[in-house]
Amino acid sequence: MSFFKRLKESVSKTTESVTQKFKDGLSKTSSSLVGAMDSVFSRNRIDEELFEELEDVLIGADVGVQTTMEIVDRLRSEVKQRKVKDPADLQPLLSEILVEMLQGDDRDTAMNLKADGLSIILFVGVNGVGKTTTIGKLAHQYRQEGKRVILAAGDTFRAGAIEQLEVWGERVGVDVIRHQAGSDPAAVIYDGIQAAKARGADILLCDTAGRLHSKVNLMEELKKVYRVIQREVPEAPHETLLVLDSTTGQNALQQAKWFNEATRLSGIVLTKMDGTAKGGIAVAIRRELSIPVKWIGLGEKLDDLQPFDAEQFVHALFVQAIEKEEEA
Amino acid sequence: MAFEGLSERLQSALSKLRGKGKVSESDVKAAMREVRLALLEADVNFKVVKDFVARVSERAVGQEVMKSLTPGQQVIKVVNEELTQLMGGQQSKLDLSSKPSVIMMVGLQGAGKTTTTGKLAHHLKKQNKHPLLVAGDVYRPAAIRQLEVLGDQIGLPVFSLGDQENPVEIAERGVAQAKEEGNDVVLIDTAGRLHVDETMMDELKAIREKVEPDEILLVVDAMTGQDAVNVAESFHQEMALTGVVLTKLDGDTRGGAALSVKSVTDCPVKFAGMGEKVDALEPFHPERMASRILGMGDVLTLIEKAEANVDEEKAKDLERKMRTQQFTFDDFLEQMDQVRNMGPLDELLGMMPGMGQMKGMKNLQVDEKQLTKVEAIIRSMTREEKQHPEVINASRRKRIAAGSGTTVQDVNRLIKQFSDMKKMMKRFSSMSKGKKKKGFGGGFKFPFMQ
Ligand SMILES: Nc1nc2c(ncn2[C@@H]2O[C@H](COP(=O)(O)OP(=O)(O)OP(=O)(O)O)[C@@H](O)[C@H]2O)c(=O)[nH]1
Ligand SMILES: [Mg+2]
Repeated sequence: MSFFKRLKESVSKTTESVTQKFKDGLSKTSSSLVGAMDSVFSRNRIDEELFEELEDVLIGADVGVQTTMEIVDRLRSEVKQRKVKDPADLQPLLSEILVEMLQGDDRDTAMNLKADGLSIILFVGVNGVGKTTTIGKLAHQYRQEGKRVILAAGDTFRAGAIEQLEVWGERVGVDVIRHQAGSDPAAVIYDGIQAAKARGADILLCDTAGRLHSKVNLMEELKKVYRVIQREVPEAPHETLLVLDSTTGQNALQQAKWFNEATRLSGIVLTKMDGTAKGGIAVAIRRELSIPVKWIGLGEKLDDLQPFDAEQFVHALFVQAIEKEEEA
Repeated sequence: MAFEGLSERLQSALSKLRGKGKVSESDVKAAMREVRLALLEADVNFKVVKDFVARVSERAVGQEVMKSLTPGQQVIKVVNEELTQLMGGQQSKLDLSSKPSVIMMVGLQGAGKTTTTGKLAHHLKKQNKHPLLVAGDVYRPAAIRQLEVLGDQIGLPVFSLGDQENPVEIAERGVAQAKEEGNDVVLIDTAGRLHVDETMMDELKAIREKVEPDEILLVVDAMTGQDAVNVAESFHQEMALTGVVLTKLDGDTRGGAALSVKSVTDCPVKFAGMGEKVDALEPFHPERMASRILGMGDVLTLIEKAEANVDEEKAKDLERKMRTQQFTFDDFLEQMDQVRNMGPLDELLGMMPGMGQMKGMKNLQVDEKQLTKVEAIIRSMTREEKQHPEVINASRRKRIAAGSGTTVQDVNRLIKQFSDMKKMMKRFSSMSKGKKKKGFGGGFKFPFMQ
């Protein structure tokens, strides 16, 4: 069976609407990348120039120099091994490599939540990436699944941050635990946990202030928040999600590295994928730190959040190519 | 410090050329390969990189360089010039000639528009302007509130009509109010939006038509990857930008966006955001940035910062005390305060020439907590102890430690460092003027460096 056929099958197993949403949200991403890819694969011969052009395309998608080299090297050796001659046959090969890289060792990108009892999810990341918005979206999703959700306004630093989370709380219809602006974030989170326990909540979503990973004292503050959660609920946080703006370049690797060191990340939320950024850095992060992407943000509305699925991700990237193959 | 990684890579790529008496074409080629990778890893757009490398290579193998006595140095000079060019050549200032001058802030979600609006207003206020802030982001929850809090902090009025009104209307009435009240600058904050969102881009255009801004500034996150040029190009096409503000340059980003945006849109970077506080905004100087990137330091900015923050009389007095060995803990504290006013220490150190190459300085972390500790210890000393540290005996040390919430070891360490520092000063001042000092003395560190 051809790679695309297999891909299509696994994709069609998930609901049509999800796939459509993915396609729509990612259409900008895919059209620009596919446009560039098309020019690569419509060359006449597989030669060094083609590989160089491919390198540019991947680097242009923020995949990064090293990861790009690795991908292209693997493609080179596959080409040799499978005696591929036609540039058009490169595309499925490349997709295969990308899917494999994004999936890493385990295919499990699901959330690791408790079946019953309280699950705590901590959101971390640099300034403006979409932490608070993602919390709103995720709260909405869990509410719709009938779960009891509470939000903790752990960003006591940025002007208006508490009010912002409160607006989301109102929209979704969940309680927000808050202190005054400028108070100790660890204390807010502590109160959030006590409230969640007392009210028998299923899920506590903890917002934190955006901070640059290179600021030592701010990272210390975050560690304190993390310790408080660990102390109050031993196996918590059940998920620690790094929120990452998909327009970010190579610095995202540093972000992942330092936040991982401070709070042991369990996954990534890749936001703003409704723009033209490719989010290629996710491939590099998976390769170097094996932290999986778990969610994708596709807009500013409540339901603009989708679980990440490597096959769909790549499917959406190459959606035009698959349709072409089907026509043929 | 931003650019640090890029700076290191570039310097090591070029270091092989530095001392060479003869540079062959293949030397240049090898160096340029490294330069290319360094730039790509710094997120400089790959097309921009291609052009840049081609231009530098061409000039580097040209007559002027190869025939010179120090071809290695010449290549570095070429790189420096081209880097400066890439970032716009010269500093580009705001046009504030109209009364009132209208400045409109635009950009993607989360780029830092609202914070930057506050910082820019603060910057202008310090130049005796009277800005009015206009809260035009009606979409992001509590964005208006954020601007109001900022306005409060910097002591400037904020015009808002809540989040139920149309942003075009808000902008128009904001400007009208500025005219009535005699504000000479109006800063309009707008909601973040995607450059491919037509409806939202139309809204910006409608605002532009109504208020005819003198400046339209695109706010760009310095950590943006390859997409930076697409974003900047689209915004420029739709809005005819007059400049760019880079934000979050205080992180460890290699800052490729700074190098790409100008050459793609031809819009100059006018300011750079260097931190979360309202005064963390600096005018952008391409030539200084280029020399910072190449490890040549940025003494000009350092001097300007000192000028703005250090009292000249006090500085002279301090210098005299250092020379005559009368330097006390009081002076020490004062000096620490003045240096702190100038900005984060690691940033200041980054501006010193050659700092990047100095052993031990590279990984130097200036710990603000340590600074606070030092301060607490000194403040727990009596007048006598500050003026004559030699009287501080064991029991006094215990008392100081208890009073400052530190340990006796902390106190010991500080006193030891202080006396080392005095010895060092003695050595410095006894050096004859003819002898040139190279950087800082061997391994000498201030007590707040780790
Ligand atoms: N287009 C788009 N915009 C998004 C997405 N996620 C968040 N945003 C927008 O990005 C901006 C910043 O989002 P926030 O949720 O405030 O980000 P944050 O990380 O909490 O920011 P700080 O708390 O200031 O560090 C807002 O304008 C959001 O509406 C997304 O998936 N797509
Ligand atoms: Mg937030």
